[in-house]
Amino acid sequence: MSRNTLPVLTVVLAIFLLWYIAAIFLNAAWAHDKATRSGEVLTTQTLVADTWSQEKPKLPAPHQVGAEIWKTTVEKKITSKRSLIYHSWVTLSATLIGFALGTGLGIALAVGIVYNRTMDMSVMPWVIASQTIPILAIAPMIIVVLNAVGISGLLPKAMISMYLSFFPVVVGMVKGLRSPDAMQLDQMRTWNASATQTFWRLRLPCSMPFLFTSLKIAMAASLVGAIVGELPTGAVAGLGARLLAGSYYGQTIQIWSALIMAAALAAALVALIGFVQRMTLKRMGMA
Amino acid sequence: MQEAAVQMPDTVPGQSVISAHHLDLTFQTNDGPVHALKDVSLDIAKGEFVSFIGPSGCGKTTFLRCMADLEHPTGGEITVNGVSPEEARRSRAYGYVFQAAGLYPWRTIGGNVRLPLEIMGYSKAEQAERVARVLELVELAGFENKFPWQLSGGMQQRASIARALAFDADILLMDEPFGALDEIVRDHLNEQLLKLWARTQKTIAFVTHSIPEAVYLSTKIVVMSPRPGRITDVIDSPLPPDRPLDIRDTPAFLEVAHRVREGLRAGHGDE
Amino acid sequence: MMWLVFAFGAWALGWWVNARLAALPRTRVTGLVVPLIFGLTLIAIWEGVVRGFDISAVLLPAPSMIAARFAASTAILWEDFVQTVIKGALTGYVSGCGAAFLVAILVDRFDFLRRGLLPVGNFVAALPVIGMAPILVMWFGFDWQSKAAVVVVMVFFPMLVNTVQGLADSSAMQRDLMRTYAAGYWTTLLKLRLPAAMPFIFNGLKIASTLALIGAIVAEFFGSPIRGMGFRISTSVGQLALDLVWAEIVVAALVGSAFYGIVALIERMVTFWHPSQRHL
Repeated sequence: MSRNTLPVLTVVLAIFLLWYIAAIFLNAAWAHDKATRSGEVLTTQTLVADTWSQEKPKLPAPHQVGAEIWKTTVEKKITSKRSLIYHSWVTLSATLIGFALGTGLGIALAVGIVYNRTMDMSVMPWVIASQTIPILAIAPMIIVVLNAVGISGLLPKAMISMYLSFFPVVVGMVKGLRSPDAMQLDQMRTWNASATQTFWRLRLPCSMPFLFTSLKIAMAASLVGAIVGELPTGAVAGLGARLLAGSYYGQTIQIWSALIMAAALAAALVALIGFVQRMTLKRMGMA
Repeated sequence: MQEAAVQMPDTVPGQSVISAHHLDLTFQTNDGPVHALKDVSLDIAKGEFVSFIGPSGCGKTTFLRCMADLEHPTGGEITVNGVSPEEARRSRAYGYVFQAAGLYPWRTIGGNVRLPLEIMGYSKAEQAERVARVLELVELAGFENKFPWQLSGGMQQRASIARALAFDADILLMDEPFGALDEIVRDHLNEQLLKLWARTQKTIAFVTHSIPEAVYLSTKIVVMSPRPGRITDVIDSPLPPDRPLDIRDTPAFLEVAHRVREGLRAGHGDE
Repeated sequence: MMWLVFAFGAWALGWWVNARLAALPRTRVTGLVVPLIFGLTLIAIWEGVVRGFDISAVLLPAPSMIAARFAASTAILWEDFVQTVIKGALTGYVSGCGAAFLVAILVDRFDFLRRGLLPVGNFVAALPVIGMAPILVMWFGFDWQSKAAVVVVMVFFPMLVNTVQGLADSSAMQRDLMRTYAAGYWTTLLKLRLPAAMPFIFNGLKIASTLALIGAIVAEFFGSPIRGMGFRISTSVGQLALDLVWAEIVVAALVGSAFYGIVALIERMVTFWHPSQRHL
């Protein structure tokens, strides 16, 4: 960890530096425009100052995004429609429900695939093939169709999240439940263990590292699903809606703050799973 | 060595714990059938320590797995305790020790030894009592709450033997249990195994590819050879039951070892 | 009612046939036929249920209807395919993966860079990068350039991380061997480290292939000219022309599978030596 701290900090610093420089270049045209219209002459200093403080810049500078996030999280009431925490919560709740449903379904299907040969041969190729299909493209349709049946709000988004998070879990768990080697399975056989005993005592514990790896992917996918699921609802609430509304009205700072918030959310969720993973595997002696 | 295949068992069939007659096992592979076992006949009497030795592919492990109902012979018949291997397995007649200790890293040593007892439905009190007893037997008392990765390779293998002993099966099937250990640890474990065998009076079938190990441990040495896997010689050891490690330097020991080596060479020459 | 019986019969028959086939020893033929029968069974059930319950085409069109629409609108579908897949996804995929590959080789030369970029890259690869789409649409306009840019951003980090990991994968013993030959950096790279990295590189390419199509389609939801698969999907949903939406999804599924399949095929040819490929 400490060995990597300095390089990582350097890279992060470099990214911020590049960001500020890029902001100057991308926003310079607008600054020049404005200057010509008002007849001002721009020195390098005023140019830089202007590019870092425009209201609708092509690329907002990091401190502008930071200020916007501060304003919409700390200074706004959580109940306000303009509070980023409110929108994050909307997205987060759909993400978590979808993630929970997808994980449950994924594990159930994986158990079926591992224990039933017909299911293995019939379903598994489709599970793999479905990974190659751009499922997100169906998202707007699912939303609209579910709306038409009278299901709206949280559930349609959660369905998309479930759909996206379900596949990594199936694939990972099938791999994990099959990870005990022939010797360990033979050993269970010599003890005349039942299928249930083999599952709880051998297969399930063995699958834990695989489960956590897939859970991280599933969580990230679930969040993407929730965000994309918010796009076709006409930008009501949620981080996806903030992105869409921002892009309608050219509110780049709003887009970036929603984006950074989504990134922070993803990082926090994945880190949380990583933490549980470390604790569990450490207790199980597998890490 | 041709007469080996028809060599009659010297024990009464009614008393033999494991009895195989004209056992055949053929695997169908993409390159045609492979005769893993061909016309294998052998009787193991109660309380014997039988070693199976031979080059890889001679079917020694396959034979052991047939006894354990992990492989299914395609011909001939085999009984364990007078019943089919499957019935024997269901009645938990044997303990099986694999080449690797195969302990679960998420269970303590005690938890690992307890695992088969949990599966077989022993009561909690009985489990605790048995775990303590067998750990004592393999000299691992006091390590009950350690995790496998905190122990050396030799200790892990001892724990896996304890696990096989925990449910009081009369037969112990061991598949190269010490193959992955270094020579000194191996000597030590061999010595302990003999003591354990003397104390528990179990019938042991032991697969190895080490001649000294086979001669040192066994009352009967079964020499096997590959393609097709078959028995080429069965040697009843003249060594006394009480065997200190330095018995390996005595002429009697060397003579048995020599005969095993000759048997292996003869089987090799048959190709 | 008739159709529901048909659906149930299709399920029972399909499952029965598959159970029989699965009980046979596994061969290449059964490995192909079983999932095929399963897929056909699903389509039959779908058709039966839609007709049996008289489900409105606005909710879920029957497969036969989708097929008819597909056949009738090949011109539109082709136009969208060219716009989204060839211009958007493929351009972005090639430039994104190419750039990531070059950066990875550069990063690999400097240990400091590698240790700094790998955690950051892993972090970014887990982020909802697709959210960059509206920004990139603003920067690069509505046409395919912005879609390609979204694809570049999406595929860059997974590809970078995989390549960097792959380049580090050769064992110390193998590298020492190259040193005993007095091989220089470039020889070692070409003869040892790149070949050893191939399984990782192809893993990245495969992940990127699915991301590319998703990126190109979803980016169109944020604005596009009046063609493209994402555009068609979002507008047709609005017009309740769900049969056309499904036809587009069929195209997307076919393209996605073909794209992935081609990459996997090349992988099998290049990394035939790797244990994961040696099953035959």
